[in-house]
Amino acid sequence: MKVGFYPGCSLEGSSKEYSKSLFAVSEKCGITLEEIKDWSCCGASAAHSLNHDLSIALPARTLALAEKQGLSEIVIPCAACYGRLAASQQAILNDKAILEKTEKYIDMAFTGNVQLLTVFEFLQKYIFPVADQYIVDKLNQKTACYYGCLLARPKDLTKLERPENPMEMEKVMEKAGATPIDWAFKTECCGAGFSMSRTDLVAKLSGRILEDAAERGADSIIVACPMCHSNLDLRRPEIKKQLKKDINIPVLFITQALGLSMGISAKELGLDKHFVPTGKAVSCIVKKEA
Amino acid sequence: MSEFEPKIVAFVCNWCTYAGADLAGTSRTQYASNVRIVRFPCTGRIDFMLLMKAFENGADGVIVSGCHPNDCHYTSGNFHARRRWIVFRSILDLIGFDTDRITFSWVSAAEGKKWANLVDEVTDKIKAKGPFTDLDKLDGVQLKELYDEAITK
Amino acid sequence: MARIGVFICHCGENISATVDVAKVAEEAAKMPGVAYAMDYKYMCSDPGQTKIIEAIKEHKLTGIVVGACSPRMHEATFRKAAEKGGINPFLCEIANLREQVSWVHPRTEATTRKAIDIVRTIVNKVSKDTPLFPIKVPVTKTALVIGGGIAGIQAALDIANAGHQVIMVEKSPSIGGHMSQLSETFPTLDCSQCILTPRMVEVAQHPNITLHTFAEVESVSGFVGNFDVKVRLKARSVDMSKCTGCGTCWQKCPSKKIPDEFNAGLSYRTAIYSPFPQAVPNKPVIDRANCNYFQKGKCGICKKVCPAGAIDYEMEDEIIDIKVGAIVTATGFDIKHTDFFPEYGYGEFKDVIDGLQFERLASASGPTSGEIRRPSDGKIPEKIVFLACSGSRDKAKGIEYCSKICCMYTAKHAMLYKHKHHEGNAYVFYMDIRSAGKNYDEFVRRAIEEDDVHYIRGRVSRIYEKDGKLIVKGVDTLMNAEPVEIEADMVVLATAVVANPDAESVAQKMHISYDKHHFFAEAHPKLRPVETNTAGIMLAGACQTAKDIPDTVSQASAAASKIMGLFSSDEMTREPVVAVVNRCMPPLFTTCTGCLLCLEVCPYHAIEREEIKDRRTGEILKVAAKVNAGLCQGCGTCVAFCRNKSIDLQGFSNQQMLSEVVALLNKPF
Repeated sequence: MKVGFYPGCSLEGSSKEYSKSLFAVSEKCGITLEEIKDWSCCGASAAHSLNHDLSIALPARTLALAEKQGLSEIVIPCAACYGRLAASQQAILNDKAILEKTEKYIDMAFTGNVQLLTVFEFLQKYIFPVADQYIVDKLNQKTACYYGCLLARPKDLTKLERPENPMEMEKVMEKAGATPIDWAFKTECCGAGFSMSRTDLVAKLSGRILEDAAERGADSIIVACPMCHSNLDLRRPEIKKQLKKDINIPVLFITQALGLSMGISAKELGLDKHFVPTGKAVSCIVKKEA
Repeated sequence: MSEFEPKIVAFVCNWCTYAGADLAGTSRTQYASNVRIVRFPCTGRIDFMLLMKAFENGADGVIVSGCHPNDCHYTSGNFHARRRWIVFRSILDLIGFDTDRITFSWVSAAEGKKWANLVDEVTDKIKAKGPFTDLDKLDGVQLKELYDEAITK
Repeated sequence: MARIGVFICHCGENISATVDVAKVAEEAAKMPGVAYAMDYKYMCSDPGQTKIIEAIKEHKLTGIVVGACSPRMHEATFRKAAEKGGINPFLCEIANLREQVSWVHPRTEATTRKAIDIVRTIVNKVSKDTPLFPIKVPVTKTALVIGGGIAGIQAALDIANAGHQVIMVEKSPSIGGHMSQLSETFPTLDCSQCILTPRMVEVAQHPNITLHTFAEVESVSGFVGNFDVKVRLKARSVDMSKCTGCGTCWQKCPSKKIPDEFNAGLSYRTAIYSPFPQAVPNKPVIDRANCNYFQKGKCGICKKVCPAGAIDYEMEDEIIDIKVGAIVTATGFDIKHTDFFPEYGYGEFKDVIDGLQFERLASASGPTSGEIRRPSDGKIPEKIVFLACSGSRDKAKGIEYCSKICCMYTAKHAMLYKHKHHEGNAYVFYMDIRSAGKNYDEFVRRAIEEDDVHYIRGRVSRIYEKDGKLIVKGVDTLMNAEPVEIEADMVVLATAVVANPDAESVAQKMHISYDKHHFFAEAHPKLRPVETNTAGIMLAGACQTAKDIPDTVSQASAAASKIMGLFSSDEMTREPVVAVVNRCMPPLFTTCTGCLLCLEVCPYHAIEREEIKDRRTGEILKVAAKVNAGLCQGCGTCVAFCRNKSIDLQGFSNQQMLSEVVALLNKPF
């Protein structure tokens, strides 16, 4: 089984472990991920506020390349990348004029018949049917599933059933033998857009998220977006200053947590790449009863 | 030779377009005098065979106009007219009738100006097309005789 | 042979300035069928009309064409003159020479030619005119009122007090509607039940009102003055004639865990129940879906304990036929429930409640006897946050409209709370305060200024629970758009007013139109706000759109007065411009083939299927269409659809229209 894969910048850099763990889990389940050759930036965070045409053409180029490569489905793990690619595809397919203009910009044909999968859709479609035979361990911990903004919104792109209170990650975690907690901040803003420019705001916003998760007894926080991860993981010193207390809950990508339950080693899943030590999450794991 | 003055018959509904044409009058909006209005209670009442009768009797162009969608005095007559027109037009296309000679429009009771513009536009369009002679072309053809025979019965 | 008179009006100089009126009259005189033609300065003046009347007599005219202003202006005037002259008014027609000729064209020959053409057309039409006579329809002077809320109660009492019979149908076991659930009413803060219950009792005791509760309208047919209505009397399982309303049954009923509709789900009721203590009639019904006897086949306690022997498990729904002349539709409204709001917890937080629930909490007859307590733990909240515009004016929620009553009732709620707990804190998040109405804005100001309710202009993005508190996250747009967070004990959502869930099916039964939100459509938004486009059916109250009590009562009285107007004579007169199916004696002679396409397209359901039977054997000989002249509005859609021209529209017949078209075209323009 082969599925296309669009990494985007984060999965090549700051969130390499997200990519690594996704590959590890896929491989375990017999799925081959094929990267789109010569992919370009999705345009997230800047393009769509500067130049509308560019913000459509950039993802369109990547999608056209995927078509050329013969990929009928691509998984886009990064929430921001998914949002941009899906928005671009939708805009082009809904308006012939945009299609014509975009094809001229990218100098390639665009049919739009590549299906885009969020990480949830990918797991649901390819991993879930076979997961039970590979899950050998029980995560055995309380997890706070954190969605942030772009995984759930806008509703017509992400196609979640309850965008104000999504449950997709919780389903995955239950499968992996964890106990998802009910908490208040799962779709609140982590301050992503201010990641570099206003770390003080990031500390304030992300701090509240961590605080609520901690108060409700989470052993780990599960994310599926590189921005969420870096803000919650990387900004702990600023958050500590802000909250005047130390919170040391590890933040795991959904694929890392799932990988752990499949008995994949911490190193293979990139758990050594985190700023907050992940040992606490790993130590909870027990063997799944037969 | 004097300029060709087309004969245009307008089939309009009483509540919107007829009132719109009255409004053009009360606001003294001038328009081409080539149009003759036939008043119907509703565009839903307009039997499209009457359009053919108009052409048969020498009309060069026809306007059908009523209330805008959702504004019909009788709630849905204009929708029926629109549907009938879609079907009717495809039949006319099939037999090779120039459907550009029929203009379907919505003119509300508040659109006197729109009515005047519509009449002017249609008049200009039909002027450019010239007189309607398709029926005359049937002259000498057996069909014409059959046709005459049929209508005199 | 027709003898038509043509009268060309100068309209002062309005027509004669650009049309050669003398020429028009001269040409008209030559037209076939024209016996007399003249022109005159003011045809519509008294002397002008006298000239018409005299000419009719002198020249023995059988039809009249007046070339003058638009028929929309003076058709009625000239038809009256024709009638005075002794000819049928429908044989008088107008050639529109002013609005559609003289005012829109310059003085040229072509303009005069157009005038002549138009006169010729109308002469031709008149030559095909037939005398028509106004249709008289008898009126059944009984009104049906659907819905027993304040709208229905007001309309019923007004009509009944005018001396007419009223039949009221209410779907729940008691009349009273939503108003009976309210605690106190704005802007006076008088107790809702204190002003309502006397009126409910008046309805029940009124000699002219027949009350059917626990009943629903099944179907409506017929037309204004003569509706045939089927009403389903749902099986109460309690014999109303025997029951004394003593209450023994509901005290002993073992099914006690059914959410109480009257208390908006804040308490429980039994399976045999009377909705509230002041119910009218105050006799119980059995809710069969929740009754042990009906669901499991065992129990029967109520029957055993009933001292009057009124319990009847075998009772069945009964359909009754009633004849009424007019109908008031007063079926009321519903509100969105808290589970409609994902950002406020999908209805999962017990202490996030809607406005109606707060009414019950604040009501002396409510589940807490008027003490405002949290549904979750019964504690008195120290801080309540009220959210106005919950759903309303929110395109993303699919409700673009303003629910109109929420600004006022939210101010009232906050006030009621503050009156009961002076030390408590009340916050109101709002978009705008819409308090137009007599003493309304003063009321809101009072809440803000005297009762110290904190108004925050801004919306709330999320509510979540933490340590037993509800954290309300919002923004204060008047304070530099600062985010605000309030730790509340209770949140009240002023949820959007929406149409009843069954509004669409009610509208379809009545053949009345409704908008995309399923509110019923009035015939004209400004000039006919209480009528529907089905003659004889009126609207009252919030089934038309969100309304407060004063507006509802006004509309109900307006609907009642429309009906009293209708009932003021024994017969109604209708214009004879209606469709007819060609028929002659014996009745088998019709060209109608009974395809009934006309029945499908008629917007008024005015066409019926008629079976023509052999009188002796009863055998069906033919099926044909039949027009109900009472319902037909004369649009003529059926005529255009008829495949073999068997149906025709009086006054705009096929022959008339064809002769108009032919007459127009046999001369150059």
